[in-house]
Amino acid sequence: MTVAGELAAVALAQRRRQRGAAAIWAFAVLLLLAFLVAAGHGAVDIPPGEMLSILARVIGFDAGTETGQATVLLAIRLPRACLAVLAGASLAIAGASLQGLFRNPLADPALIGVSSGAALAAVATIVLGSGAVLAIPVGLRGFVLPLAAFAGGLAVTFLVHRIASRDGRTDVATMLLAGVALNAMAGAGIGLLVFVSDDQQLRDLSFWMLGGLGGVTWGKLLPALPLMLVALVMLPLFARHLNALLLGETEALHLGFDVERTKRLIVILAALATGAAVALIGIVGFVGLVVPHLVRMAVGPDHRTLLPISILLGASLMLVADLVARHIVLPAEMPIGIVTACVGGPFFLWLLMRRRAPGGW
Amino acid sequence: MLRADGIDAGFGPVDILRDIALAVSPGETVVLLGPNGAGKSTLLAAMSGALTVRRGAVTLDECALADWPQPLLARRRAVLAQHSALGFPFRALDVVLLGRSPWAGATSRSRDLAVATACLAEAAVTHLADRIYTTLSGGERQRVQLARVLAQIDFAGTPADGEARYLLLDEPTASLDPAHQQLTLATARRAAARGMGVLAVLHDLNLAAMYADRIAVMRAGRIVASGKPADVLTEAVVESVFDFTVRIERHPTRGCPLVVAL
Repeated sequence: MTVAGELAAVALAQRRRQRGAAAIWAFAVLLLLAFLVAAGHGAVDIPPGEMLSILARVIGFDAGTETGQATVLLAIRLPRACLAVLAGASLAIAGASLQGLFRNPLADPALIGVSSGAALAAVATIVLGSGAVLAIPVGLRGFVLPLAAFAGGLAVTFLVHRIASRDGRTDVATMLLAGVALNAMAGAGIGLLVFVSDDQQLRDLSFWMLGGLGGVTWGKLLPALPLMLVALVMLPLFARHLNALLLGETEALHLGFDVERTKRLIVILAALATGAAVALIGIVGFVGLVVPHLVRMAVGPDHRTLLPISILLGASLMLVADLVARHIVLPAEMPIGIVTACVGGPFFLWLLMRRRAPGGW
Repeated sequence: MLRADGIDAGFGPVDILRDIALAVSPGETVVLLGPNGAGKSTLLAAMSGALTVRRGAVTLDECALADWPQPLLARRRAVLAQHSALGFPFRALDVVLLGRSPWAGATSRSRDLAVATACLAEAAVTHLADRIYTTLSGGERQRVQLARVLAQIDFAGTPADGEARYLLLDEPTASLDPAHQQLTLATARRAAARGMGVLAVLHDLNLAAMYADRIAVMRAGRIVASGKPADVLTEAVVESVFDFTVRIERHPTRGCPLVVAL
């Protein structure tokens, strides 16, 4: 190895690291801007300066008077923006982690049945559990839907995992095919539950199934918050494991990683993130698929930058998608799933066509 | 010493390997030969710890592989597979740096980088360092993967006393042109010269004759002949195991057996 060659490699690696750090900061700024725009725009416009002074008043720095703007911001816009941030970040990091785990850039929480498992459990809770929910103390009722959705997502994930596993090994192709079958079964289950539900339940159901971030309150958001936070904090810790898994499961094993434990934990955390997001906003497709792709194009496939930036970009895109959904058919609101599908569907097709180009992903 | 003692093992319900005994010592290059389906790759998988044996035991320094803490084992032995699954657009240098995973927290980033660059040079892929792995040819990918496994066991470094490292290569020359086949096996020899134990599966009898200290010939899950190349690569053994007619000459410059197909 020549000294010049080594210096070149050192410089190369250093440049790459700096670029990764710079990209994280850039996407953090993007998220801040998206947050300010999303929280500031609507029937009542709140400029960023006003937003800051309202927040300062809340914290107690400035004893001003309550305004209509403050009420709108604190009771409507902020919880909605926070929900968009959390749900977008959760779906994006679940997608990024599952894509790495399955070494398949087309993996998505919806693709392997996690989302529809969560949806089935949520629908079952609404239709069959209305009596049981009354037995639960009022303060805990908010937890029922997100926990049920998490349990449904987790059950499907384990089922898929179990079906695809032989002798402690997991076959990815079988896993994806099992996901197809479980998606269909969950769809049938949801259809059946809709069929047997009464009028009131049907209204609750269609309200929930349309998806979207409307009508969220701090009280609805808080129960799902810990579930999402656990996944958002824990999953980036598996960046090095996921990098090694991209080489192949046997290679990761040879590199000294506990592959089976890693797979189990990533699957649980991804189900946690997806279940909580689905419970709050319904099935919103393509965020988990598209965001990691965009990030890979921008900064490459290294999970140490891919995972944190997916969190930031997923949150930003969800804020923007919600902004579009709120404004495109004023005074009504378009379901946000339609917005993400309109953008994500064509993007997915473009990916499929691009796949044949040399260089793959 | 990396050692298999009377092992039975297989991927399905049926044992592919039957009663195999094989040992690789530090500083030694052992080559596995045998027709397709003889169990060479299965034996390599068992020796690497990826495949659990049903009878007998595979031990590294007298301790069963299953009892080794995985990260410590990973610093002592690296495995080059026949094919790689990596389909994501990493740079070649980043692929080699993945080989440093078992050392996370134990060595500095600059040390990892120095090891990676040295191993890129050893595998003759320094010029590919900044290329996207998925755009490389099959042979170039294989050499980048070789650099990665060399980086994993710190090819150029000096290990602590008694901590010999082992390099397991499954058909490392399969997708390489003749010149790079020689280069790769010369790297294996240099690894042995540095005190590493090398176990390689090969198909080319003459490459085996040139680079092996010892050859083990497998057929139907058993080792049927084992010893120095000159003792093992005889007309009788080759004809009975591989089922084709050969004449064994003497290599004009190296003096090792030269297998000529008739």
